[in-house]
This record gives sequence, C-alpha cells and structure tokens, in this order.
Amino acid sequence: MTSKSIKITVDQVRHLAKLANLKLNEKEIKNIIPALTSVLKFVSKIQSLSTKNIEETSQVTGQENVYREDIIDDKRMLSQEEALKNTKKKYKGYFLIDAIFD
Amino acid sequence: MINNNYIPVIGLEIHVELKTVSKMFCGCKNDPFGAEKPNIYTCPVCLGLPGALPVPNKKAVEWCVKLGLALNCRIPLFSKFDRKNYFYPDLPKGYQISQYDQPFAIGGWLEINSPQYIRKKIGITRVHLEEDTGKLLHAQVEGKKVTLIDFNRSGIPLVEIVTEPDVRSSEEARLFLKKLYQLIRFLDIADADMEKGSMRLEPNVSVMLKNSSKLPPYKVEIKNINSFSFAKKAIDFEVKRHTDILEQGKIPVQETRGWDEKKSQTVSQRSKEEAQDYRYFPEPDIPPIRWTESQISGFKSQIPELPDMKIKRFMEEYGLSGYDANILTDKKETADYFEKAVKASPKISKAIANWIINKKADITKISPVELIELIQEKSQVAALPAGDLENIIDKVIRDNPKPVADFRAGKDTAIMFLIGAVMRLTKGQADASAARKILEGKLK
Repeated sequence: MTSKSIKITVDQVRHLAKLANLKLNEKEIKNIIPALTSVLKFVSKIQSLSTKNIEETSQVTGQENVYREDIIDDKRMLSQEEALKNTKKKYKGYFLIDAIFD
Repeated sequence: MINNNYIPVIGLEIHVELKTVSKMFCGCKNDPFGAEKPNIYTCPVCLGLPGALPVPNKKAVEWCVKLGLALNCRIPLFSKFDRKNYFYPDLPKGYQISQYDQPFAIGGWLEINSPQYIRKKIGITRVHLEEDTGKLLHAQVEGKKVTLIDFNRSGIPLVEIVTEPDVRSSEEARLFLKKLYQLIRFLDIADADMEKGSMRLEPNVSVMLKNSSKLPPYKVEIKNINSFSFAKKAIDFEVKRHTDILEQGKIPVQETRGWDEKKSQTVSQRSKEEAQDYRYFPEPDIPPIRWTESQISGFKSQIPELPDMKIKRFMEEYGLSGYDANILTDKKETADYFEKAVKASPKISKAIANWIINKKADITKISPVELIELIQEKSQVAALPAGDLENIIDKVIRDNPKPVADFRAGKDTAIMFLIGAVMRLTKGQADASAARKILEGKLK
C-alpha cells in the first residue's frame, strides 16, 4: 500500500470502533476519517524502507526463557476488599456490571 | 435415523485447566473451585491493572510441552506468547495472552480404540498454552438484570488442544475425549473434570456427501458441553440437523451453537456477523522461549508409561487378555494397585486381575497385601472337599421335595432353586456349575 492509495471508508471506521469498544456517532465517524488517514499516511512511510536482509523480531531486549517457579506469592495477592476497592459497582464480593445478556 | 449418503466431518477443540499451584503469569493461588469467596485470589497481573507484568509459570510451560510430546507432536525449538485482542468483561486486560503462530507443540496424533472399534489415529494440529478468563454470573440484583464477575479463575494456565477434522462420528469423538482424559490423568497435570468445567470441549461439526473429495464449506461450533454424554448427544443432534438441511439442497449457516440439555438440542448463539478480528501480535512483556534438543529429550524421558504402553506390557508380562488389560489401565490408580499386588504375589496375577475387575473387593478400602490375603483365604474355602458338596446336595434334595418333583416332571427351571439352596448352605463357596452337574446326576 503506497501512501497515496490510502483511503479509509465509513465501514472500516465502524469496524475499528467496534473492535476498540467505542461508540461513535455519524459526525464523529466523519471527523475521524481524515485524522486516521493522516496517521496512516505518516506511518506508512516505514514501508519505503528495504527490509530484505533484516530478520523479523518482536523482542529487542535479547532476553529469552524468563520464568517464575510455580509457587504462591502471598505478598502480591490482594484481599477481596482491596481487589474491589476502585470499582464503581460491586455486589457481595463480585464486580457488578450491566447485564451482558438481555 | 442415519442417512448413509452423508458423513460427519468433526474437529475438536479442547481446553484443559492445568493443576499448577499458582496461576499462569502471576503467583496467585490456582484454586477457583476450592475458593470460598469470589475475588480472593487476585493481584494486579490477573486483574489487568495498568503496569502489571506477567511472568510465565515454568511448570505450566513444561507440562504443556510434555502433553504435546505425549500426543506425538513435534516441539519447535522456538516459541512465543501472543496477545489475542477482544473486549469481553471476563477479560480485564482487553486481551488474552495466548499463542498464535508459534505454539509449543504441532503436528501429532492420538490413537483411539475400543473393544468394538477399529484403531484409528486422530491428527493433532497443535497444543498451545494460554490463560483462562474470569467467571461471569448472570443474576438479578434489586430487580435489575446484571452480570457479576469473579476473577479467581482469571489467569489460570489453560492448555488448548486442536485436532484435525479427522473425527467421523460422535462415538469417535467420545473415544477421543476419553483417551485424552486418560492421558492427562496419567501425566498428572490436570483434574480435567468436565462437569466442573476444568476440561471443556468445543466440537466443530459439518456434514458432507460421502464421496466428496473437498471438505464442507461451513462449520458449526458447539459450546456449553460439560460431560462426555452431552458431547455425543450434541454432535448427533447437529449431524442430523445438517443432513436435513443439505437434503433440501441448502447449506447450514456457519455459526456458534450452545447445547441445551433440558431441551436436548443445540441453540443458535447469534451468528457472528463479521469474521473474528483478534489482531494477534507478539506479547511484548514476555521474552520468547527457546529450547535445546537435550531439554526436549529430557522432557521425553520424564513422561511416565502411558495407557497404550501399559496395556501392551500388562498383556505380555502378566498374561492378561487385551480386555482385562484395558480395564486395569483405565485409571492410573487401578493399574498401580494391580502391580503392587502382583509384586507381592506374582503367581496369582490372573486372580488379582479378576478380583479387581469384578469388584469383588473395594480397592479404595483395602491395601494390595490385604487383597492377596483375602484371595488366598477365599480360594482355600472355595476348594470345598468334593464329599462335603455331595452331602450338602443330598440334604438339599431331602429338604425340597416339591422342586425335586417339579424337575423330575420336566420343569427344567426348578433346578435353579436347588442350586440356589446349595449356594446358600455353602455360603456361596460352592462351584455352581459343579453343583448343577451333581444335582442333575442325582435327579435323573
């Protein structure tokens, strides 16, 4: 995809909004198209680089095989009260949210 | 009703919670079923609080690799974790740490067999490791429908096993599941209790014309199966439903359906309108995993004797039939018990097998040595002197003139009453067929 060919459709924005769990109205969708397009154009510059002899990587620390032993770490565990402390709604020790099924 | 023109094409996805002491990426206690209250085994990592860093549980990773090896998989020397992104309230981070393109184990098989069944290898596509989600409860609070969340289960190590679409019937699916369950129990890495939900099955079912060379262009995923028998029923229901639709010249809708045990049918769980878009990418917080060949062979050497090998050895070493060896190796505890008893008294291995299989003694209550004593005691009494048996039979004939007359008059079934009387008088220690012979001889 060259930077000139970038064109974002309303349907693509709707799809992205759904994946990002965002509620956007028609006006917001319209406004976001030029904003997203300019971001994508900027980022797509990276595609002009030649990566022919570059090995793919997802880690830059050089670390490998970092584990923890299978033991319980009491010190980091939270009490029920602590776990629920910052939630808006709770009920009998549970986090409470609006019903996800009707 | 089976329509012979069509055959089912079934692939299985199985999730198993590992029974490590702690969770997958944090040191919280892994005991969601034993927890007395909700949200008591959590920390910033498994609650998805900002800035918390996951560190993989070494034992869970090793167990996943061992399961892969036991399923005859190849273990790639390089592996990594990935993020699977989606929004659902049971997943506090907004993504699940899973494995995408470089799982711990790939390309294996598991052989299913049963006394009535032909042996068949079911291909294993992959075995990977991920984390379980929190548990959602749907309730009514102050007249309002709400959802309650318990994160005790969040972040528990979860192994996913995916098969090739090699399964051709609900019976094959059941046999596969049983075999996998047995393997997991032998490896001692999980309870795999379907009713509790620590082992979960999602079959992908489709149906195709028998002579078709191409796989069907759709599949239906079934969820909410929590027993071996539900699995069989749900698959049978779907196969029939698809066959009916195909018969009408239509193609079943690709969707996810849930098994409803009360209605004994599957119910559509709303078809997914768009393809899943999980935007997997490598988990930046967890460095990749690299094995050496010697580590892999080390894991191989730690795998205990598995059911199929045990069956073969029991047949060769103890002269058992395939049927008996199968039953004795069904559970590791039973197999171990049998071997302990045989070690103590090798000469009576067949009698020990017989006692265990026919449940003549409760092996959960007596030790192998006690079992042997019991067998020896009984076999001594059972060798009732021939003269004693004759005397008892004479007494039975004297005491029961009516059945004796009936038998002599041609009523063959009357002899059963007399054999019963002999067994009662000998307290069950007489050989029933010997008693019958003597009785018949005397009553001629």
